Amino acid sequence: MTDKLLFENVKPRSRVEIAKRVAQDVTAGWCINLGIGIPTMIADYVPASAEVIFHSENGILGMGTAPSEADQDPWLINAGKQYASLVTGAAIIHHADSFAIARGGHLDLCVLGAYQVSQNGDLANWAIDGGESAPAVGGAMDLAVGAKRVWLLMTHLSKAGVAKLTENCSYPLTAAGCVKRIYTDYAVIDVTENGFEAIELVDGMTIEQLQRIVDAPIRMA
Amino acid sequence: MIDKFVAIADAFEGVADGSTILIGGFGASGEPTQLIDALVEQGAKDLTMVANGAGAGGDFGISRLIEHKRVRKVICSFPGRKALVFAEQHKAGEVELEIVPQGTIAERIRAGGAGIPAFYTATSAGTLLGEGKPTEVFDGVTYVLERAIKADLALIEAWNGDRWGNLTYRSTGRNFNPIMAMAAELTVVQVQHKVELGDLDPETIITPGVFVNRMVHIPHGNPPKF
Repeated sequence: MTDKLLFENVKPRSRVEIAKRVAQDVTAGWCINLGIGIPTMIADYVPASAEVIFHSENGILGMGTAPSEADQDPWLINAGKQYASLVTGAAIIHHADSFAIARGGHLDLCVLGAYQVSQNGDLANWAIDGGESAPAVGGAMDLAVGAKRVWLLMTHLSKAGVAKLTENCSYPLTAAGCVKRIYTDYAVIDVTENGFEAIELVDGMTIEQLQRIVDAPIRMA
Repeated sequence: MIDKFVAIADAFEGVADGSTILIGGFGASGEPTQLIDALVEQGAKDLTMVANGAGAGGDFGISRLIEHKRVRKVICSFPGRKALVFAEQHKAGEVELEIVPQGTIAERIRAGGAGIPAFYTATSAGTLLGEGKPTEVFDGVTYVLERAIKADLALIEAWNGDRWGNLTYRSTGRNFNPIMAMAAELTVVQVQHKVELGDLDPETIITPGVFVNRMVHIPHGNPPKF
Protein backbone atom coordinates (compact mmCIF):
# COMPACT_ATOMS: atom_id res chain seq x y z
CA MET A 1 0.00 0.00 0.00
CA THR A 2 1.59 3.23 -1.14
CA ASP A 3 -1.63 5.23 -0.81
CA LYS A 4 -1.40 7.95 1.77
CA LEU A 5 -3.67 7.21 4.71
CA LEU A 6 -6.60 9.58 5.10
CA PHE A 7 -6.28 9.35 8.89
CA GLU A 8 -2.96 8.66 10.60
CA ASN A 9 -2.74 5.15 12.07
CA VAL A 10 -6.18 4.15 10.69
CA LYS A 11 -6.16 1.46 8.04
CA PRO A 12 -9.39 1.44 6.05
CA ARG A 13 -11.04 -1.85 5.13
CA SER A 14 -10.45 -2.96 1.55
CA ARG A 15 -13.49 -3.90 -0.52
CA VAL A 16 -12.80 -7.58 0.17
CA GLU A 17 -12.57 -6.85 3.89
CA ILE A 18 -15.88 -4.98 3.78
CA ALA A 19 -17.44 -7.97 1.99
CA LYS A 20 -16.08 -10.29 4.71
CA ARG A 21 -17.50 -8.00 7.39
CA VAL A 22 -20.98 -8.06 5.78
CA ALA A 23 -20.81 -11.86 5.59
CA GLN A 24 -20.39 -12.02 9.40
CA ASP A 25 -23.85 -10.45 9.83
CA VAL A 26 -25.68 -12.77 7.46
CA THR A 27 -28.10 -15.13 9.21
CA ALA A 28 -28.21 -18.83 8.27
CA GLY A 29 -31.14 -19.72 6.04
CA TRP A 30 -31.70 -16.23 4.67
CA CYS A 31 -32.66 -15.68 1.03
CA ILE A 32 -30.30 -13.02 -0.30
CA ASN A 33 -29.69 -11.03 -3.46
CA LEU A 34 -26.20 -9.62 -3.91
CA GLY A 35 -25.83 -6.67 -6.26
CA ILE A 36 -23.58 -6.87 -9.29
CA GLY A 37 -19.91 -6.12 -8.60
CA ILE A 38 -18.31 -6.00 -5.15
CA PRO A 39 -21.39 -7.22 -3.20
CA THR A 40 -21.15 -10.50 -5.16
CA MET A 41 -17.94 -11.26 -3.22
CA ILE A 42 -19.91 -11.58 0.04
CA ALA A 43 -21.03 -15.05 -1.07
CA ASP A 44 -17.40 -16.25 -0.92
CA TYR A 45 -17.34 -15.63 2.84
CA VAL A 46 -20.66 -17.21 3.81
CA PRO A 47 -20.07 -20.88 4.77
CA ALA A 48 -22.09 -23.42 2.77
CA SER A 49 -23.26 -24.89 6.08
CA ALA A 50 -25.29 -21.70 6.67
CA GLU A 51 -27.53 -22.77 3.74
CA VAL A 52 -28.02 -19.18 2.67
CA ILE A 53 -30.01 -19.18 -0.58
CA PHE A 54 -28.65 -16.72 -3.14
CA HIS A 55 -31.05 -15.22 -5.66
CA SER A 56 -30.04 -13.88 -9.06
CA GLU A 57 -32.60 -11.69 -10.84
CA ASN A 58 -32.37 -13.51 -14.15
CA GLY A 59 -34.00 -16.56 -12.64
CA ILE A 60 -31.83 -18.45 -10.15
CA LEU A 61 -32.75 -19.32 -6.58
CA GLY A 62 -29.83 -21.19 -5.05
CA MET A 63 -26.84 -19.80 -6.93
CA GLY A 64 -23.44 -21.29 -6.12
CA THR A 65 -19.90 -19.98 -6.48
CA ALA A 66 -18.35 -18.98 -9.80
CA PRO A 67 -17.56 -22.14 -11.82
CA SER A 68 -14.08 -23.02 -13.05
CA GLU A 69 -13.65 -22.53 -16.79
CA ALA A 70 -14.07 -26.27 -17.36
CA ASP A 71 -17.41 -26.24 -15.53
CA GLN A 72 -18.90 -23.22 -17.32
CA ASP A 73 -22.34 -23.93 -18.75
CA PRO A 74 -23.12 -21.47 -21.58
CA TRP A 75 -26.82 -21.54 -20.61
CA LEU A 76 -26.26 -20.75 -16.94
CA ILE A 77 -25.42 -17.12 -16.21
CA ASN A 78 -26.12 -14.68 -13.40
CA ALA A 79 -27.60 -11.18 -13.43
CA GLY A 80 -24.13 -9.76 -14.15
CA LYS A 81 -24.04 -12.02 -17.25
CA GLN A 82 -21.17 -14.03 -15.77
CA TYR A 83 -21.16 -17.83 -15.78
CA ALA A 84 -22.86 -19.18 -12.66
CA SER A 85 -23.43 -22.46 -10.85
CA LEU A 86 -26.32 -23.98 -8.91
CA VAL A 87 -26.24 -25.47 -5.44
CA THR A 88 -28.06 -28.68 -4.56
CA GLY A 89 -31.67 -27.62 -4.05
CA ALA A 90 -31.55 -24.75 -6.53
CA ALA A 91 -34.52 -23.71 -8.68
CA ILE A 92 -34.73 -22.03 -12.09
CA ILE A 93 -37.59 -19.55 -12.46
CA HIS A 94 -38.83 -17.10 -15.08
CA HIS A 95 -38.44 -13.35 -14.82
CA ALA A 96 -41.89 -12.55 -13.42
CA ASP A 97 -41.45 -15.10 -10.61
CA SER A 98 -37.91 -13.90 -10.00
CA PHE A 99 -39.10 -10.34 -9.52
CA ALA A 100 -42.09 -11.50 -7.49
CA ILE A 101 -39.46 -12.82 -5.09
CA ALA A 102 -37.79 -9.40 -5.05
CA ARG A 103 -40.88 -7.16 -5.05
CA GLY A 104 -43.07 -9.42 -2.94
CA GLY A 105 -40.88 -9.17 0.16
CA HIS A 106 -39.40 -12.66 -0.07
CA LEU A 107 -35.75 -11.56 0.06
CA ASP A 108 -34.44 -11.36 3.62
CA LEU A 109 -31.59 -9.18 2.45
CA CYS A 110 -30.30 -7.31 -0.55
CA VAL A 111 -26.77 -5.85 -0.55
CA LEU A 112 -26.13 -3.09 -3.08
CA GLY A 113 -23.49 -0.54 -3.96
CA ALA A 114 -24.31 3.18 -3.91
CA TYR A 115 -23.37 6.52 -5.41
CA GLN A 116 -25.06 8.27 -2.49
CA VAL A 117 -27.16 7.47 0.57
CA SER A 118 -29.01 10.06 2.63
CA GLN A 119 -29.50 10.21 6.39
CA ASN A 120 -33.13 9.05 5.98
CA GLY A 121 -32.11 6.01 3.93
CA ASP A 122 -32.73 7.32 0.40
CA LEU A 123 -30.57 5.42 -2.07
CA ALA A 124 -29.04 6.71 -5.32
CA ASN A 125 -27.22 4.01 -7.26
CA TRP A 126 -28.49 3.93 -10.85
CA ALA A 127 -27.83 7.27 -12.55
CA ILE A 128 -25.51 10.18 -12.04
CA ASP A 129 -27.74 12.98 -13.22
CA GLY A 130 -30.66 11.38 -15.05
CA GLY A 131 -29.51 13.12 -18.21
CA GLU A 132 -27.27 10.32 -19.49
CA SER A 133 -28.05 9.51 -23.09
CA ALA A 134 -29.00 5.98 -22.11
CA PRO A 135 -29.30 5.37 -18.37
CA ALA A 136 -29.71 1.76 -17.26
CA VAL A 137 -31.69 0.81 -14.17
CA GLY A 138 -31.81 -2.99 -14.43
CA GLY A 139 -33.35 -4.49 -11.28
CA ALA A 140 -31.99 -1.97 -8.76
CA MET A 141 -35.30 -0.23 -8.02
CA ASP A 142 -37.20 -3.51 -7.61
CA LEU A 143 -34.61 -4.91 -5.20
CA ALA A 144 -34.39 -1.69 -3.20
CA VAL A 145 -38.13 -1.40 -2.56
CA GLY A 146 -38.85 -5.10 -2.18
CA ALA A 147 -36.22 -6.67 0.07
CA LYS A 148 -36.91 -6.92 3.82
CA ARG A 149 -33.48 -5.35 4.47
CA VAL A 150 -31.32 -3.25 2.19
CA TRP A 151 -27.67 -2.97 3.21
CA LEU A 152 -25.03 -1.05 1.32
CA LEU A 153 -21.41 -1.98 0.71
CA MET A 154 -19.55 1.20 -0.23
CA THR A 155 -16.66 3.54 0.37
CA HIS A 156 -17.17 6.81 2.23
CA LEU A 157 -15.71 8.98 -0.48
CA SER A 158 -16.11 9.07 -4.24
CA LYS A 159 -13.00 8.96 -6.42
CA ALA A 160 -13.20 12.76 -6.46
CA GLY A 161 -13.12 12.77 -2.64
CA VAL A 162 -16.77 13.75 -2.13
CA ALA A 163 -18.73 12.27 0.80
CA LYS A 164 -21.30 9.73 -0.37
CA LEU A 165 -23.17 9.60 2.97
CA THR A 166 -25.11 12.82 2.84
CA GLU A 167 -28.09 14.82 4.14
CA ASN A 168 -29.94 14.64 0.84
CA CYS A 169 -29.08 12.76 -2.34
CA SER A 170 -28.35 15.02 -5.29
CA TYR A 171 -28.33 12.11 -7.75
CA PRO A 172 -31.61 10.55 -8.98
CA LEU A 173 -33.09 8.19 -6.38
CA THR A 174 -33.29 4.44 -6.78
CA ALA A 175 -35.78 4.24 -3.89
CA ALA A 176 -36.71 6.46 -0.96
CA GLY A 177 -36.02 5.50 2.66
CA CYS A 178 -35.01 1.92 1.90
CA VAL A 179 -31.49 1.61 3.38
CA LYS A 180 -31.14 0.06 6.84
CA ARG A 181 -27.36 -0.42 7.24
CA ILE A 182 -24.16 0.71 5.55
CA TYR A 183 -20.84 -1.18 5.56
CA THR A 184 -17.94 1.08 4.61
CA ASP A 185 -14.17 1.24 4.57
CA TYR A 186 -14.21 2.92 8.02
CA ALA A 187 -17.38 1.85 9.83
CA VAL A 188 -20.65 0.00 10.07
CA ILE A 189 -23.50 2.50 10.22
CA ASP A 190 -27.20 2.08 10.87
CA VAL A 191 -29.77 4.40 9.30
CA THR A 192 -32.18 5.22 12.11
CA GLU A 193 -35.09 7.58 12.72
CA ASN A 194 -32.44 9.94 14.10
CA GLY A 195 -30.16 9.67 11.08
CA PHE A 196 -26.75 7.99 10.81
CA GLU A 197 -25.55 6.02 13.86
CA ALA A 198 -22.21 4.21 13.77
CA ILE A 199 -22.30 0.82 15.45
CA GLU A 200 -18.67 -0.06 14.74
CA LEU A 201 -15.50 1.81 13.74
CA VAL A 202 -12.33 0.27 12.31
CA ASP A 203 -9.34 0.08 14.66
CA GLY A 204 -8.01 3.48 15.68
CA MET A 205 -10.89 5.43 14.10
CA THR A 206 -12.80 8.02 16.13
CA ILE A 207 -16.33 9.28 15.58
CA GLU A 208 -14.90 12.78 15.13
CA GLN A 209 -12.76 11.52 12.25
CA LEU A 210 -15.75 9.71 10.75
CA GLN A 211 -17.80 12.91 10.92
CA ARG A 212 -15.22 14.60 8.67
CA ILE A 213 -16.07 12.22 5.82
CA VAL A 214 -19.86 12.15 6.32
CA ASP A 215 -21.84 15.08 4.93
CA ALA A 216 -24.59 14.79 7.57
CA PRO A 217 -24.62 14.49 11.37
CA ILE A 218 -23.36 11.11 12.60
CA ARG A 219 -22.93 9.79 16.14
CA MET A 220 -22.18 6.53 17.89
CA ALA A 221 -25.22 4.36 18.54
CA MET B 1 -54.30 -32.18 -36.47
CA ILE B 2 -52.59 -29.31 -34.73
CA ASP B 3 -49.08 -28.71 -36.05
CA LYS B 4 -47.54 -25.33 -35.31
CA PHE B 5 -44.17 -26.07 -36.93
CA VAL B 6 -43.52 -23.90 -39.99
CA ALA B 7 -40.56 -23.21 -42.27
CA ILE B 8 -38.45 -20.32 -41.07
CA ALA B 9 -39.29 -18.37 -44.24
CA ASP B 10 -42.97 -18.42 -43.19
CA ALA B 11 -42.42 -17.64 -39.50
CA PHE B 12 -43.16 -13.92 -39.81
CA GLU B 13 -45.71 -13.93 -42.61
CA GLY B 14 -48.13 -11.04 -42.08
CA VAL B 15 -45.99 -9.09 -39.60
CA ALA B 16 -46.55 -5.40 -40.34
CA ASP B 17 -44.35 -2.33 -40.10
CA GLY B 18 -44.92 -0.48 -36.84
CA SER B 19 -45.53 -3.65 -34.81
CA THR B 20 -44.74 -3.89 -31.11
CA ILE B 21 -42.49 -6.91 -30.58
CA LEU B 22 -41.24 -8.78 -27.52
CA ILE B 23 -37.85 -10.48 -27.71
CA GLY B 24 -36.90 -13.05 -25.05
CA GLY B 25 -33.45 -13.51 -23.61
CA PHE B 26 -31.12 -11.99 -21.05
CA GLY B 27 -27.95 -11.02 -22.83
CA ALA B 28 -27.35 -13.79 -25.35
CA SER B 29 -28.84 -16.43 -23.05
CA GLY B 30 -32.26 -17.45 -24.35
CA GLU B 31 -32.19 -14.87 -27.14
CA PRO B 32 -33.92 -16.23 -30.26
CA THR B 33 -31.03 -15.26 -32.49
CA GLN B 34 -32.04 -17.14 -35.65
CA LEU B 35 -35.63 -15.87 -35.46
CA ILE B 36 -34.29 -12.33 -35.26
CA ASP B 37 -32.26 -13.04 -38.43
CA ALA B 38 -35.46 -14.23 -40.10
CA LEU B 39 -37.32 -11.09 -38.99
CA VAL B 40 -34.55 -8.95 -40.48
CA GLU B 41 -35.01 -10.94 -43.69
CA GLN B 42 -38.81 -10.48 -43.59
CA GLY B 43 -38.24 -6.73 -43.51
CA ALA B 44 -40.71 -5.32 -40.94
CA LYS B 45 -39.56 -1.89 -39.74
CA ASP B 46 -40.54 1.00 -37.43
CA LEU B 47 -40.77 -1.60 -34.68
CA THR B 48 -41.25 -0.91 -30.98
CA MET B 49 -39.05 -3.52 -29.33
CA VAL B 50 -39.53 -4.67 -25.75
CA ALA B 51 -36.61 -6.65 -24.33
CA ASN B 52 -34.38 -6.60 -21.29
CA GLY B 53 -31.52 -4.97 -23.17
CA ALA B 54 -30.65 -3.31 -26.44
CA GLY B 55 -28.21 -5.89 -27.77
CA ALA B 56 -25.43 -8.11 -26.44
CA GLY B 57 -22.93 -6.70 -28.95
CA GLY B 58 -21.51 -8.44 -32.01
CA ASP B 59 -23.43 -8.83 -35.23
CA PHE B 60 -26.22 -11.06 -34.04
CA GLY B 61 -29.57 -10.96 -32.30
CA ILE B 62 -30.99 -7.66 -31.10
CA SER B 63 -27.79 -5.82 -32.08
CA ARG B 64 -28.30 -6.97 -35.66
CA LEU B 65 -31.99 -5.95 -35.73
CA ILE B 66 -31.00 -2.49 -34.54
CA GLU B 67 -28.05 -2.29 -36.91
CA HIS B 68 -30.48 -2.86 -39.79
CA LYS B 69 -32.50 0.13 -38.51
CA ARG B 70 -35.70 -1.84 -37.98
CA VAL B 71 -36.34 -0.49 -34.48
CA ARG B 72 -37.92 2.92 -33.85
CA LYS B 73 -38.29 2.59 -30.09
CA VAL B 74 -36.66 0.41 -27.44
CA ILE B 75 -38.42 -0.36 -24.15
CA CYS B 76 -35.89 -2.06 -21.86
CA SER B 77 -34.38 -2.05 -18.36
CA PHE B 78 -30.69 -2.09 -19.24
CA PRO B 79 -29.48 -1.10 -22.72
CA GLY B 80 -26.11 -2.66 -21.90
CA ARG B 81 -22.54 -1.51 -22.31
CA LYS B 82 -22.03 -3.69 -25.37
CA ALA B 83 -25.08 -2.25 -27.16
CA LEU B 84 -22.91 0.09 -29.21
CA VAL B 85 -25.09 0.23 -32.32
CA PHE B 86 -28.08 1.12 -30.20
CA ALA B 87 -26.10 3.81 -28.34
CA GLU B 88 -25.02 5.37 -31.64
CA GLN B 89 -28.56 5.44 -33.09
CA HIS B 90 -30.02 6.69 -29.82
CA LYS B 91 -27.50 9.51 -29.66
CA ALA B 92 -28.35 10.45 -33.25
CA GLY B 93 -32.04 10.61 -32.32
CA GLU B 94 -32.92 7.71 -34.63
CA VAL B 95 -34.27 5.42 -31.92
CA GLU B 96 -36.30 6.33 -28.84
CA LEU B 97 -35.62 4.78 -25.43
CA GLU B 98 -38.01 4.05 -22.57
CA ILE B 99 -36.18 2.78 -19.47
CA VAL B 100 -38.33 0.56 -17.24
CA PRO B 101 -37.21 -1.19 -14.03
CA GLN B 102 -36.59 -4.87 -14.77
CA GLY B 103 -39.27 -6.15 -12.40
CA THR B 104 -41.79 -3.66 -13.75
CA ILE B 105 -41.10 -4.64 -17.35
CA ALA B 106 -41.54 -8.32 -16.41
CA GLU B 107 -44.79 -7.65 -14.56
CA ARG B 108 -46.15 -5.39 -17.33
CA ILE B 109 -45.61 -8.25 -19.78
CA ARG B 110 -47.09 -10.85 -17.43
CA ALA B 111 -50.11 -8.60 -16.86
CA GLY B 112 -50.50 -8.16 -20.62
CA GLY B 113 -50.65 -11.91 -21.04
CA ALA B 114 -53.05 -12.37 -18.14
CA GLY B 115 -55.66 -9.79 -19.21
CA ILE B 116 -54.75 -7.30 -16.48
CA PRO B 117 -54.70 -3.78 -18.00
CA ALA B 118 -52.73 -2.08 -15.21
CA PHE B 119 -51.40 -2.66 -11.71
CA TYR B 120 -49.79 -0.82 -8.81
CA THR B 121 -46.19 -1.34 -7.72
CA ALA B 122 -43.93 0.39 -5.19
CA THR B 123 -41.02 0.20 -7.65
CA SER B 124 -40.07 3.66 -9.01
CA ALA B 125 -42.32 5.58 -6.56
CA GLY B 126 -40.62 8.89 -5.78
CA THR B 127 -38.03 8.47 -8.57
CA LEU B 128 -37.45 9.90 -12.05
CA LEU B 129 -38.90 6.75 -13.61
CA GLY B 130 -42.15 7.17 -11.67
CA GLU B 131 -42.59 10.83 -12.60
CA GLY B 132 -45.91 11.69 -14.24
CA LYS B 133 -47.50 8.34 -13.43
CA PRO B 134 -50.65 8.14 -11.29
CA THR B 135 -49.97 7.06 -7.70
CA GLU B 136 -52.07 5.64 -4.88
CA VAL B 137 -51.35 5.09 -1.21
CA PHE B 138 -52.22 1.66 0.20
CA ASP B 139 -51.53 0.95 3.89
CA GLY B 140 -49.26 3.97 4.10
CA VAL B 141 -47.05 3.05 1.12
CA THR B 142 -47.03 4.94 -2.19
CA TYR B 143 -47.50 2.86 -5.33
CA VAL B 144 -47.18 3.78 -9.00
CA LEU B 145 -49.77 2.75 -11.60
CA GLU B 146 -48.17 0.80 -14.45
CA ARG B 147 -49.88 -0.23 -17.69
CA ALA B 148 -49.65 -3.75 -19.10
CA ILE B 149 -47.66 -4.44 -22.26
CA LYS B 150 -49.43 -6.28 -25.05
CA ALA B 151 -47.56 -6.94 -28.25
CA ASP B 152 -48.28 -7.86 -31.85
CA LEU B 153 -45.43 -10.36 -31.95
CA ALA B 154 -43.19 -12.30 -29.55
CA LEU B 155 -39.90 -13.99 -30.48
CA ILE B 156 -39.11 -16.84 -28.10
CA GLU B 157 -36.32 -19.35 -27.66
CA ALA B 158 -37.13 -22.70 -26.03
CA TRP B 159 -35.32 -26.02 -25.53
CA ASN B 160 -37.95 -28.69 -26.26
CA GLY B 161 -41.20 -28.21 -28.14
CA ASP B 162 -43.93 -30.50 -29.48
CA ARG B 163 -46.34 -29.79 -32.34
CA TRP B 164 -48.99 -28.38 -29.96
CA GLY B 165 -46.50 -25.73 -28.84
CA ASN B 166 -45.80 -27.12 -25.37
CA LEU B 167 -42.38 -25.85 -24.30
CA THR B 168 -39.55 -26.37 -21.84
CA TYR B 169 -36.52 -24.13 -21.50
CA ARG B 170 -32.83 -24.60 -20.75
CA SER B 171 -31.44 -23.24 -17.48
CA THR B 172 -31.32 -19.42 -17.27
CA GLY B 173 -32.23 -19.29 -20.97
CA ARG B 174 -35.79 -19.31 -19.58
CA ASN B 175 -35.75 -15.68 -18.29
CA PHE B 176 -38.37 -13.53 -20.09
CA ASN B 177 -39.39 -16.20 -22.60
CA PRO B 178 -42.38 -17.81 -20.81
CA ILE B 179 -44.05 -14.49 -19.94
CA MET B 180 -43.42 -12.97 -23.36
CA ALA B 181 -44.98 -16.04 -24.99
CA MET B 182 -48.22 -15.14 -23.16
CA ALA B 183 -48.40 -11.49 -24.12
CA ALA B 184 -48.45 -11.36 -27.94
CA GLU B 185 -51.05 -11.80 -30.67
CA LEU B 186 -48.52 -13.86 -32.61
CA THR B 187 -45.97 -15.89 -30.64
CA VAL B 188 -43.20 -17.46 -32.71
CA VAL B 189 -40.81 -19.91 -31.04
CA GLN B 190 -37.49 -21.39 -32.08
CA VAL B 191 -36.88 -24.76 -30.42
CA GLN B 192 -33.60 -26.62 -30.18
CA HIS B 193 -35.34 -29.98 -30.03
CA LYS B 194 -38.55 -31.00 -31.78
CA VAL B 195 -40.15 -33.76 -29.71
CA GLU B 196 -43.16 -35.99 -30.26
CA LEU B 197 -46.48 -35.09 -28.70
CA GLY B 198 -46.52 -36.94 -25.38
CA ASP B 199 -42.74 -36.92 -24.93
CA LEU B 200 -42.90 -33.98 -22.51
CA ASP B 201 -43.96 -34.82 -18.97
CA PRO B 202 -47.10 -32.67 -18.39
CA GLU B 203 -45.75 -31.80 -14.92
CA THR B 204 -42.64 -30.18 -16.42
CA ILE B 205 -44.13 -28.14 -19.27
CA ILE B 206 -43.36 -24.46 -18.58
CA THR B 207 -45.29 -22.89 -21.47
CA PRO B 208 -48.48 -24.71 -22.52
CA GLY B 209 -49.12 -24.71 -26.25
CA VAL B 210 -52.11 -22.36 -26.07
CA PHE B 211 -49.66 -19.42 -25.84
CA VAL B 212 -47.77 -20.48 -28.98
CA ASN B 213 -48.77 -19.84 -32.61
CA ARG B 214 -45.81 -20.81 -34.78
CA MET B 215 -42.66 -22.84 -34.17
CA VAL B 216 -39.45 -23.37 -36.05
CA HIS B 217 -37.03 -26.21 -35.32
CA ILE B 218 -33.54 -24.65 -35.11
CA PRO B 219 -30.94 -26.89 -33.41
CA HIS B 220 -28.37 -24.11 -33.23
CA GLY B 221 -26.46 -25.27 -30.15
CA ASN B 222 -25.09 -23.10 -27.38
CA PRO B 223 -25.46 -19.33 -27.09
CA PRO B 224 -22.38 -17.44 -28.24
CA LYS B 225 -19.61 -16.83 -25.68
CA PHE B 226 -19.50 -13.33 -24.33
